[in-house]
Amino acid sequence: MKLIISAQNPSLEAQVDRRFGRCMWLVLFDTETNQWEAFQNPGASQSGGAGVAAAQFIVDQKAKVVVSGDFGPNASRAFQAAKIEMRRFTDSTTTVQEAVDHFIQDKLLK
Amino acid sequence: MQIAVASGKGGTGKTTIATSLALSLASLAKVRYFDCDVEAPNGHLFLKPEFSESTPAVIRIPQIQTEKCTACGRCVEVCEFHALAQVGKNILVFPQLCHGCGSCTWNCPENVIVEVPNPIGTLERGMALENIEFFRGLLTISEPMPTPIIRQLKKRVHPQPNTINIYDAPPGASCSVVETLRGVDFALLVTEPTPFGLHDLKQMLGILSDMNIPSGVVINRDGIGDDSLEETLREFNIPVLLRVPFDRALAENLASGRTLVDVYPEYRNALRDLYQQITEIVGGKTK
Repeated sequence: MKLIISAQNPSLEAQVDRRFGRCMWLVLFDTETNQWEAFQNPGASQSGGAGVAAAQFIVDQKAKVVVSGDFGPNASRAFQAAKIEMRRFTDSTTTVQEAVDHFIQDKLLK
Repeated sequence: MQIAVASGKGGTGKTTIATSLALSLASLAKVRYFDCDVEAPNGHLFLKPEFSESTPAVIRIPQIQTEKCTACGRCVEVCEFHALAQVGKNILVFPQLCHGCGSCTWNCPENVIVEVPNPIGTLERGMALENIEFFRGLLTISEPMPTPIIRQLKKRVHPQPNTINIYDAPPGASCSVVETLRGVDFALLVTEPTPFGLHDLKQMLGILSDMNIPSGVVINRDGIGDDSLEETLREFNIPVLLRVPFDRALAENLASGRTLVDVYPEYRNALRDLYQQITEIVGGKTK
């Protein structure tokens, strides 16, 4: 299953970014292969519509789950339409790896 | 003559100066006042217009005729505001992000996009004190986009000879300020001698330099703060056209809805002088 996590840097050790639309990096993690890849968030540099731009990218990656601090109304609408699950970090989620672990342990907020 | 009154920093006295400038010039020429601060207009508190016209401000947003749409994604690709997204075979429209530019309609290869009106506010017009023609835009609460209203407000009347249009700008240095400044002959910058006032004034000077609009400064609350404002104005060669000293009694009177020229009538002549200086700076080159 493909997860995408908002992050401050392109690695599993990186701090997560609690902002969704304007996070710098989106880390894609595949729970079946344990492989990951980081993408620059196309929404980060937009003057407006950052959430939709980031959401469109995630829809196009065919991710099943997106993990961030929270999601705005526009991004939420896009994810609902695409049937992509939205999960939120817990207060103790600090790194991308922890976000993956917390997802697997079903600790992330819905 | 078209004059925008702007500042950068909020609360420096844009409306104080703009309303009293309008009142001072009303006996010399036909004056039109445009409140372009459509998110929080307040010029009406001072010029007391009686509104006689109210028109919806509308932008045209796309509606996809889904049964004919081939989901090619061209509309999503051309929308630079990300007001459209594609999920499988569906195109989602986000009305609050749409600027009404029409790119999606224009580029749709199947011609399946129609445009529907989306009201985002109102445009009002009326006569105010001393026969000033008063225009105001009002963005509906929860709507995020002020620029189309400002654009439409300014288009309500064409500039005419012997008419002075005064545009009271919103605070800040963003799109809505640029939209207010577009096409004016002169920018009157109201600032205060504080680090925050200076910081934002510099942003305004950058914008005005890009837009090639001449400017001059009104220093409000003169006497407070430090000398860094004056040093910057000398460095950029920006004239100081008027100083209004810091005065608690004036602030109290303004807070009760009175105007600068009502409280201190001598400012009428000072503001007429200021206008004279503007006409000399602009020369014969009004738009």
